[in-house]
Amino acid sequence: MPIHDQGYRRYSGGKAPRGYGWAVITRAGIRTFVAKRAFLGLLLMSWFPFFVRSVQMYAAANLPQAAFLAPTASTFREFLGQQDIFAFFITVYVGAGLIANDRRANALQIYLSKPLTRAEYVFGKLAILMAFLLLVTWVPAILLLIVQIAFAGNFTFFQTNAYLFPAITVFTFLDVTMVATAMLALSSLSKNGRYVGILYAAVLFFTQAIYGVLFAVTRSSSFSWLSFPANLQQVGDAIFRLPLKYSTPWPVSLLMIVGLIGVSGLVLERRVRGVEVVA
Amino acid sequence: MTQTDSVVTLDRVTVAYGRSVALRDVTASFSSGAVGLLGPNGAGKSTMIKSLLGFIVPERGQMRVLGLDVAASPLEIRARVGYMPESDAHIPGMNAVSFVAYCGELAGLPRVDAMQRAHEVLFYVGLGEARYRNVETYSTGMKQRIKLAQALVHDPDLLFLDEPTNGMDPKGRDEMLELVRDLAHNKGVNLILSSHLLPDVEYTCDHVVVMDKGAIAAAGPIAALKQPRGRVYELRVKTPDGEMDPFVEQLRAAGLDCHATDEDVMRVFVPGEGGARQLFALAAAASVQVRHLRPSVSTLEDVFATAVGEK
Repeated sequence: MPIHDQGYRRYSGGKAPRGYGWAVITRAGIRTFVAKRAFLGLLLMSWFPFFVRSVQMYAAANLPQAAFLAPTASTFREFLGQQDIFAFFITVYVGAGLIANDRRANALQIYLSKPLTRAEYVFGKLAILMAFLLLVTWVPAILLLIVQIAFAGNFTFFQTNAYLFPAITVFTFLDVTMVATAMLALSSLSKNGRYVGILYAAVLFFTQAIYGVLFAVTRSSSFSWLSFPANLQQVGDAIFRLPLKYSTPWPVSLLMIVGLIGVSGLVLERRVRGVEVVA
Repeated sequence: MTQTDSVVTLDRVTVAYGRSVALRDVTASFSSGAVGLLGPNGAGKSTMIKSLLGFIVPERGQMRVLGLDVAASPLEIRARVGYMPESDAHIPGMNAVSFVAYCGELAGLPRVDAMQRAHEVLFYVGLGEARYRNVETYSTGMKQRIKLAQALVHDPDLLFLDEPTNGMDPKGRDEMLELVRDLAHNKGVNLILSSHLLPDVEYTCDHVVVMDKGAIAAAGPIAALKQPRGRVYELRVKTPDGEMDPFVEQLRAAGLDCHATDEDVMRVFVPGEGGARQLFALAAAASVQVRHLRPSVSTLEDVFATAVGEK
């Protein structure tokens, strides 16, 4: 007679209320990526500019010779611009396979046979990518603001630039939402994460290239709405109250960003299903 | 079978993929216990299961699972059912125990319970020793088992098993069928087993629903369906001139259904209550010696062939 019966037993414990399935997906996704050394290396590298900026702020606050390094509102905008490259690599590394790998392994029917809506599945996946993107954009930018206050020893800069906290928050969330939904939509179109990564890079560079060609021909930046990086930059500058770089009105750029998020949502609605119907 | 016994009911359900109709005005009822969903490929079995899970929205009709309306309460239903899909399916990049525990958490189990259940269920399906291996390295048979494990981890009241023995070797197939039978008969789990393999259904299930071309061809307890309205006999005879055909014609003329199965053996269906006595009388009248006469037990294969109109 076995000491402990390892056969099938009925479960008599409690179950969590519905609606938190997305959190299970997000937690598992984050754990999966954090366990990868290469990814941890990428995360660590993406925080390097934060440390450089922190040293710069320390020097500006404590060394009179380095007063010219004192931060301004545009310092934070520039910092977020610098983080774009890390955000790009993280988007490709994390996002490309989020749905593509599930489609390759027929995992969607496993997910959707559980008490989980399609919206929860998408939100859970989106939250993985958004969490990592915010970790390299919003979190260091806000920390930088705190570091500035700590090194300066007063709230003068913070009070003078009271809009910075909401500006950083609004811009990073807009940026991260656009990038994450677009990548997730692309990921739902293929079963191969590598193709998705290439496709994402191609979309970014292609729209930028088209704008570049039109700029070279017309010598006008009024076609910047064609480029998603340019749209983000335009809206970012407007949010940070900086002079606009392109002649496209910033609401048009914002409309393009919102449009891309909407189209991505539609693609996800069509592609994330428990069964693939080819009628 | 009454409505209250039923774990699943379909009422005039029609499902179409574009112009192709997969389920045609299907009305059916699946009793508690183990029910086989039998039919040739393309009969609409998988479509029915996917409709019951809410993956496919029917054009018409109403479906109820465990007393809940599929259209109104899909999540409540999915919390109480387990689904083992036909095709390979897993969450990439996970080992077996993480995968099954993850599925448990998705179904609402607390994390600790999900992990404990994952270990138990993996031992139950025979993957205890391989539970720390990445699922992607598993053989076909092991992948079938892990699909069963993920369907079981949250202790469902009803299991949908879509072709659970697909691609398995004979030993693995027997073991899988034993698991399915044990779940239905000893563990109190209701299950619907979709298969085109008659022996699988016959071994594991008490009831069967036979589908053909998107419609229900036959349904009921297997034992009742196998009961013929009359009796079937295996018959070997010796005729005076060695010719069988005249005797076969005489049997047919007397209203008996007669099929030759071997050189001198035939299967004869005797309708009504006449039985062996009628056969002996006909043989005596034709001066034919009866060398062998044995009642033949009808198989699920006979039921299936009759239901889908095969000769």
